[in-house]
Amino acid sequence: MSLFQVSNVNKRYVNHTALSDVSITVPKQSIFGLLGPNGAGKTTLIRIINQIIAPDGGELLFNGEKLQPAHTEKIGYLPEERGLYRKMKVGEQALYLAQLKGLNKSEALRRLKYWFEHFEIQDWWDKKVEELSKGMQQKVQFIVTIIHEPPLLIFDEPFSGFDPVNANLLKDEILKLRDKGATIIFSTHNMGSVEELCDRIALINKSEKILEGRVKDIRDEYRSETFEVFYEGYTGLLKDIIPADFDILYEKEEEDHHRAKIKLPRQGKPNDLLELLISKVTLTGFHEIIPSMNDIFISKVTNKAPHEVEPKDSIAVSES
Amino acid sequence: MNKISLIIKREYLSRVKKKTFVVMTILGPLLMASLFVVPFLIQNLGDEEKTIDVVDETRMFIGKFEDSEDITFNYLDQSIEEAKKNFEARGNDALLYIPETKLSVPEKAIIYSDKQPGINVKSSISNVMENEIEGMKLQASGIDKEMLKSIKTDVNLTTMKLKEGGSEEKTFTEVSMGVGFVLALIIYFFIFMFGAQVMRGVIEEKTNRIVEVIVSSVKPFQLMMGKIVGVAMVGLTQVLLWVVLTLSIVSVVQVAFPDTFSMDQGKGQMETTSQLIGSQSSKVQEKMAQVEESDMGNKVMEIIGSINFASIIGSFIFFFLGGYLLYAALFAAIGGAVDNETDTQQFMLPITVPLIFAIIAAQVVVQNPNGSLSFWLSIIPFTSPVIMMIRIPFGVPYFDLILSAVLLILGFLATTWLAGKIYRTGILMYGSKVDYKTLLKWVRYGS
Repeated sequence: MSLFQVSNVNKRYVNHTALSDVSITVPKQSIFGLLGPNGAGKTTLIRIINQIIAPDGGELLFNGEKLQPAHTEKIGYLPEERGLYRKMKVGEQALYLAQLKGLNKSEALRRLKYWFEHFEIQDWWDKKVEELSKGMQQKVQFIVTIIHEPPLLIFDEPFSGFDPVNANLLKDEILKLRDKGATIIFSTHNMGSVEELCDRIALINKSEKILEGRVKDIRDEYRSETFEVFYEGYTGLLKDIIPADFDILYEKEEEDHHRAKIKLPRQGKPNDLLELLISKVTLTGFHEIIPSMNDIFISKVTNKAPHEVEPKDSIAVSES
Repeated sequence: MNKISLIIKREYLSRVKKKTFVVMTILGPLLMASLFVVPFLIQNLGDEEKTIDVVDETRMFIGKFEDSEDITFNYLDQSIEEAKKNFEARGNDALLYIPETKLSVPEKAIIYSDKQPGINVKSSISNVMENEIEGMKLQASGIDKEMLKSIKTDVNLTTMKLKEGGSEEKTFTEVSMGVGFVLALIIYFFIFMFGAQVMRGVIEEKTNRIVEVIVSSVKPFQLMMGKIVGVAMVGLTQVLLWVVLTLSIVSVVQVAFPDTFSMDQGKGQMETTSQLIGSQSSKVQEKMAQVEESDMGNKVMEIIGSINFASIIGSFIFFFLGGYLLYAALFAAIGGAVDNETDTQQFMLPITVPLIFAIIAAQVVVQNPNGSLSFWLSIIPFTSPVIMMIRIPFGVPYFDLILSAVLLILGFLATTWLAGKIYRTGILMYGSKVDYKTLLKWVRYGS
């Protein structure tokens, strides 16, 4: 059962197309990652879901109903460009934002009290926002995003601005919210957090959705039967011992060993490769290369096969 | 609707609770009250007696300068050099020297003093001299001074407004002028002050990056209108507090110094207003002189009675709010379009020009409140709030008033519509340089 469905949404700006014919389905009680390079159209899609801007065409369904203004109270949104009134007191401000989401005053107070205690920030209540550090402000911001306990939460680059400790705290809270029944859409280009958190993803590039599915399925699909081996020997050794239907993608001498990437032939088994190697060289390591979301992301965006993407960490994809 | 009232409440309270608001609220009436009170105090302070030595080489004016409450004249029978030398020793305030002249009548005089003599000292001396010389010249041409006085006529021109059915109403042009001008000035200042507050509020929300959080709960238009209405209420609160505080300060001072203010109260106030008008002040003073002559108390009551308070206050509130709403929407649009306050300059010009033009044109309108310039400027929504306030105390035909009001409402709807389009696109744009072309695109294509 899907909580939110986007069908064939289009959005054109004056000079460019932000979204063309994008459809995604967000299942209930899941964490849905919305991925894509900068300027791909993620924020536009998120703003359309939040009814901040209207699409040119297409259909949006919230829990099976056509999306309408009343639904804004059922959505919690943490935008990428986020902040608070600097001159306003923390408590007053949290109360105001909670009321804007449709909570009445006493209920808002009760819930804020709980969350302020939960994060151990009660003594910030009467401070002005400008007196808080950026990380502290983010905590307050997180609370006001979820305070009305919406069934759908949308986080746009939630971890930017958090130090690692607080980022972990936030991750835990997001997982807890999911376990309590919330559905979460979150947009990021931090692939590490995608693999950790997301159940499903959609990849948007140049205004089009180019990939959607379960993280596990996608990674399985992108397995390319490629293995990385570490061995002792000499350069060029592999050519002598491995038949031509194995594809040696990469071979290099490193400090005290050699490293190579080998793709199996069609219908080949990892054991075939192991047998060939084990009798001729001293193996120190052998493992299958499972493409990370990072590799898949880059390969899809740059149109290369995932195993062609240079060894891990060669291209740093991190948050701004 | 409930959410708009939440926004209005926040906008209102966050401003009213600010220190600057409290300071302005207290300082404003003090300033205004001092406009009324200070002239009287100065009058009283000016009572310091002065003694002026006179060296008259022509010997024509000896005994002609009469001692008054403020000035005592002391005729010296010595040469000017001697008088100058002994000036300090005598310790008097000034030395008036009328030099010998070869012409039949003297035409100049010099005041020596260690400090600048006051304007009233100068004018009373030159008055006496002019009077004397005039008399001498008249005598020389054989005209009797008394005769001339009897020829001089003073016409007391009373203006009456002829109403439908032939009933008459006494009008006081100068008072109408003063009232209209003050109200127009208030509207002018408030549009600028509170329009700019709206703009700054929008920019603040943008630079604090809170705007996207809020527009995920309410429509951008609701946020904009909430802000505009909230600030309008701050403005009304301020005006109301100013009026109440000013009146109470004035009346407290009045009670504290009953003698100074008893009769002069009405006169002083109107003189103050007439000073604002400047060009017309001499006329007004003449009028005041007449007022003074006749039964002062009755006259003041009559003047006050001649002002149609209900219609003036009613239309003031309408044009005040209408003008503010019209301009505040534009200020909000500018705030939405830019990233910081320094970028607002290029867009401010088209807003400030009509307003400044209106206040300059007001000086012409006040002379001829029913002329065609007055008519057109009081019809066009961008100038009508200021100009109509000038015209209203003089009495405006219902047709003009209704046309102006309708156009103002339409104008306000139009600017709000326009501003809403620019605003909702602008608030989500960061870091892009915006020019008029971009604004036009936003209006035409929406977000």
